[in-house]
Amino acid sequence: MLTLEKRPSPSRFWAGVTPILAVILTMIAGGILFAAMGKDPVEAILDIFWQPLFGDNADYFRAQLLVKAGPLVLIAVGLSLGFRASIWNIGAEGQYIIGAICGAAVGLAFYPADHWYIFPLMVIAGALGGWAWAMIPALLKNVFGTNEILVSLMLVYVAENIQSWMAFGPLRNPEGMGFPGSRNLQQYPAASNPELIPNTGIHWGVVAAAVAAVLAYILLKKHILGFQIRVAGQAPRAARFAGVDPKHLFTICMGISGALAGLAGLFEVSGPSGQISTNFNVGYGFTAIIVAYLGRLHPIGIVLAGLLLALTYIGGELAQLSLGLPSAAIQAFQGMLLFFLLGLDVLSNYRIRVKETRK
Amino acid sequence: MTGTGTEQVLLTVEGITKAYPGVVANSNVSFRIMEGEVHALLGENGAGKSTLVKMIYGLVKPDTGRMTLRGQAYTPAEPRAARASGVAMVFQHFSLFEALNVAENVALGMENPPPQGELSARIRQVSEEYGLPLDPSRLVGDLSAGERQRVEIIRCLLQEPKLLIMDEPTSVLTPQEVDILFTTLRQLSAEGRAILYISHKLEEIRTLCDEATILRRGKVVATCTPREKSARELAELMVGETLTPPARTGKAPGPVALDVTGLSVNSPNPFGTSLKNVHLTVQRGEILGIAGVAGNGQDELLLALSGELKSDSDAVKIDGRGVGHLGPNARRAAGLVAAPEERLGHAAAPDMSLTENALLSGAIRKGLVKHGMIDWVRTKTFAEGIVKAFDVRTPGVGTAARALSGGNLQKFVIGRELSQDPAVIVVNQPTWGVDASAAAAIRQALIDRAAAGAAVIVISQDLDELLEIADRFCALNGGRLSAPRPVQGLTVDEIGLMMGGSHGMEVAHAHA
Amino acid sequence: MSLGGIDLVVLIASLMVASTPIMLAAIGELVAEKAGSLNLGVEGMMIIGAICGFIAAVETGSPVLGFVAAAAGGAVMALLFAFMTQVLLSNQVATGLALTLFGLGLSSLLGQGYNGIKPPPTPKLFGSLGDLPVVGPIVFGHNWVVYLSLILVAGTWAVLKYTRAGLVLRAVGENHDAAHALGYRVRTVRTLALMYGGACAGVGGAYLSLVRVPQWTEGMTAGAGWIALAIVVFASWKPWRVLLGAYIFGGVTVLQLRLQAAGIAIPVQILSTAPYLITILVLVIMSARRGRAAQGAPASLGRVFHASH
Repeated sequence: MLTLEKRPSPSRFWAGVTPILAVILTMIAGGILFAAMGKDPVEAILDIFWQPLFGDNADYFRAQLLVKAGPLVLIAVGLSLGFRASIWNIGAEGQYIIGAICGAAVGLAFYPADHWYIFPLMVIAGALGGWAWAMIPALLKNVFGTNEILVSLMLVYVAENIQSWMAFGPLRNPEGMGFPGSRNLQQYPAASNPELIPNTGIHWGVVAAAVAAVLAYILLKKHILGFQIRVAGQAPRAARFAGVDPKHLFTICMGISGALAGLAGLFEVSGPSGQISTNFNVGYGFTAIIVAYLGRLHPIGIVLAGLLLALTYIGGELAQLSLGLPSAAIQAFQGMLLFFLLGLDVLSNYRIRVKETRK
Repeated sequence: MTGTGTEQVLLTVEGITKAYPGVVANSNVSFRIMEGEVHALLGENGAGKSTLVKMIYGLVKPDTGRMTLRGQAYTPAEPRAARASGVAMVFQHFSLFEALNVAENVALGMENPPPQGELSARIRQVSEEYGLPLDPSRLVGDLSAGERQRVEIIRCLLQEPKLLIMDEPTSVLTPQEVDILFTTLRQLSAEGRAILYISHKLEEIRTLCDEATILRRGKVVATCTPREKSARELAELMVGETLTPPARTGKAPGPVALDVTGLSVNSPNPFGTSLKNVHLTVQRGEILGIAGVAGNGQDELLLALSGELKSDSDAVKIDGRGVGHLGPNARRAAGLVAAPEERLGHAAAPDMSLTENALLSGAIRKGLVKHGMIDWVRTKTFAEGIVKAFDVRTPGVGTAARALSGGNLQKFVIGRELSQDPAVIVVNQPTWGVDASAAAAIRQALIDRAAAGAAVIVISQDLDELLEIADRFCALNGGRLSAPRPVQGLTVDEIGLMMGGSHGMEVAHAHA
Repeated sequence: MSLGGIDLVVLIASLMVASTPIMLAAIGELVAEKAGSLNLGVEGMMIIGAICGFIAAVETGSPVLGFVAAAAGGAVMALLFAFMTQVLLSNQVATGLALTLFGLGLSSLLGQGYNGIKPPPTPKLFGSLGDLPVVGPIVFGHNWVVYLSLILVAGTWAVLKYTRAGLVLRAVGENHDAAHALGYRVRTVRTLALMYGGACAGVGGAYLSLVRVPQWTEGMTAGAGWIALAIVVFASWKPWRVLLGAYIFGGVTVLQLRLQAAGIAIPVQILSTAPYLITILVLVIMSARRGRAAQGAPASLGRVFHASH
């Protein structure tokens, strides 16, 4: 019989190895799934993980990698701070949408003026929008003790409806012949977030993601706030003993994650997606949860995990073209990845022992 | 020995060994219990008493060895089987469900409970027969510690056990309540039921028990009749060495350092005890001992003093300055340090290293954080200083707190607070679950700090400890604090009354 | 009987239909939470139920088999959650999220090629009795799943309150260490409770795809699973209040749809936020009544159980 025995301290070795193991297991399980659908599993896995990096048109795909990893990393870094402190903001998707709407609205308000300060103002508006949306669950939690998981999630659906309303109503392109969707910000230079270095995929969102990861690293390693976040997650009573005000910490963590999600939304809407439409959001806010966990809630890990999940998005699209693999397959694939990762975590916290069953 | 008259062996334990990775909990343990006997299992914390009784109760399976019950081979696969064979157990940390009522709790401990109405009637009947009155419909969460123990005992008695195991039953009782419990236990013994009584309290065992098996580091070191031994002899058998009681120097106390006036705070815990109008003062150089049965407001008092619970500014004053409205770090800056009862999870973060745990409460007074940035080098030096000064046995300061033994972690926690040159020290249960030599070291450190001019409050449920180190003594009862009295000349009866007497329990009717 | 152009009898009858999926998911989750497991994967289990039920019903032509398959699908998902959280001791919040994300993805995958198909109809149970005035539509006018959901609420209440199994389940959720010390099998109890929760969520999901909509669209649960979680909080973990909560939400949903149809001057999208905003409002009102004990949450809810010996 197998039994679990808690390790005296978490294994660093397994903490590093489990994400890799989880990816490998996901490939195997995913391959089985694809085979069951009648697709060639090896080809499918190659299409997802190999082709975008080393196959035909790899240059284009590598650039896309950064485009997609940018928002994922930006959101996941913010979420990871909260998750470490057991603060469950799972409504990043909503904060992303509201940030995008606020930022885009500011930009569109200036249309067609051309000032240098328009884009910076949009950035601020985007961050504030995401922050404000995250403050709703934060306030309700601090004042009434309302569960932030459910509130932040409900607000995703509210945000999606607002987004749809915006696309049909207030922000609709007056010259859009009645089609839903705002003006395209890519065609409005003062408000657009262009590729900074040609053919690299690097735009301001990618820069912001890199900066956020570095700052988060310093915060967790060196700053007392990072220490407080870690204590609060591991031992809430010890945190209170150490003088951490849980409500204060809650507000800060929700605020940071909301603002970063809002930024991600703004950079996306003013860059790669270009306009507020009924479906410009593609679920980055949820995928970022997987990124945060796969990256072990650690900034460096999150950067790597963000790149990996960006790869699955791109590879998924590729496999959709070449093999007719449905786009939903990637979502299932990402879900499996999180499962394997959480399940394998047992290895870093526990030892598995074989015990003889005594008669 | 009273009992049925015929001397019959009830339970034998032969050559039982149980090893966990890194530690042998029980090594070749053998003893036997006669019918109707009150048998003591004596040993320090960590001597292997709990593991041994868990095997008898079917919670843990021994690696080797065998047991017999009334001559039959006895191998309980689970507690259910143990109960079916007539073995019942009252746990040290109660196995009760706060949100369920008394009758439901009792039903959960029985194999085939009768319908609720019938069960309630039986609970009333049995509880009155043994002088332990209980209302079957009350929520257990609303009961006092003593009443909860009654629920456990009644739950066992309803199954007509042949052997009743009691794990440290008196730690939650006042001296008066202990007397009542002992009367009940004697009554049970007279009815022919055997009792396996686990304790490290020597006087209790000498008063109550017929036979004693003494464990040390998992091995049986002696079997004796406790009435024939002195407490000192038993202590030396249990500890294996001669202990020196802490040394005190009689010095006149200095000015008042901590002044608590009319302190009332609500408990953060739904089943906790709120503090009601607490008054106390502690002078520099003095130790104030605060006794009380568990759950009478000890945790809340520590929280209210450490700053984790806030109050009116002037309800708590340090050196004359009102700090009641301030949080823990501001109070640390004002000179007050605290060590809560729960080591893992409250006083220390279990998964963090000792260095990180040193930062936890040392950041302010040791100046370990500048402009929000942590000075890890100084923090590490601080942690290493604690480890050295307080003889904390650990491979290094990078070790996670939960990897340390209870005694070593407690030395670290107390050492961390005492190393900050505080004006006021508040500790709750400083030696709970700690081995004797570590306990002695901790007590001595507290005395030394007081001698060096700190005002010390020791909250403890161990009366012997308080009488040994405190200058003045008071007790918490239902969130109220009694007026402090000098320790010298205090009698056990007086202490018991300060702790709330018998909390409304009645002496068992003399059926036997 | 009408209110601002809305027929009250029709409103009540249709709110009963609208509330059924949420009620089913919520009563199942209530049992899982009473046993101490916080499964945030209700949304994932519901949508798996929706697609499994849909496929089975379409392929066999039998709605009953569809609902059976939905229950099985939901239960298998719950079993996965149970294995992760009870055996591998993973974090319950994160695992629940994973279950939802995985369920959404897998359901879209399974549902390829089932878009736009009409499932076999689930008939009304009492036939012509449903034509009686007033009581007809409200009492007799429903299909068997609506009655099943009501029976499940009543049955869950009775089992939790009056039976030994219910007592053990509550004990495990209240204090798993104590339950273990008394010899109860904490993991087994929790696994069974979770599977019941999964089966109920699955049936609730299938009710959406087979009766309420009735067709398959990706992500069609649209947060119903999360609302079910909120209803358990609203209900303070009491079965009868799940019924009340589900009816309130059903009422809001139906009313909102009627207002949309009536062409009121508020944008459709803003009206559509009503169920979610009401959910938040209800959560706030419930949590404002301070204290875990007052709210009735099981004390071991969401905590990892690991027997150290």
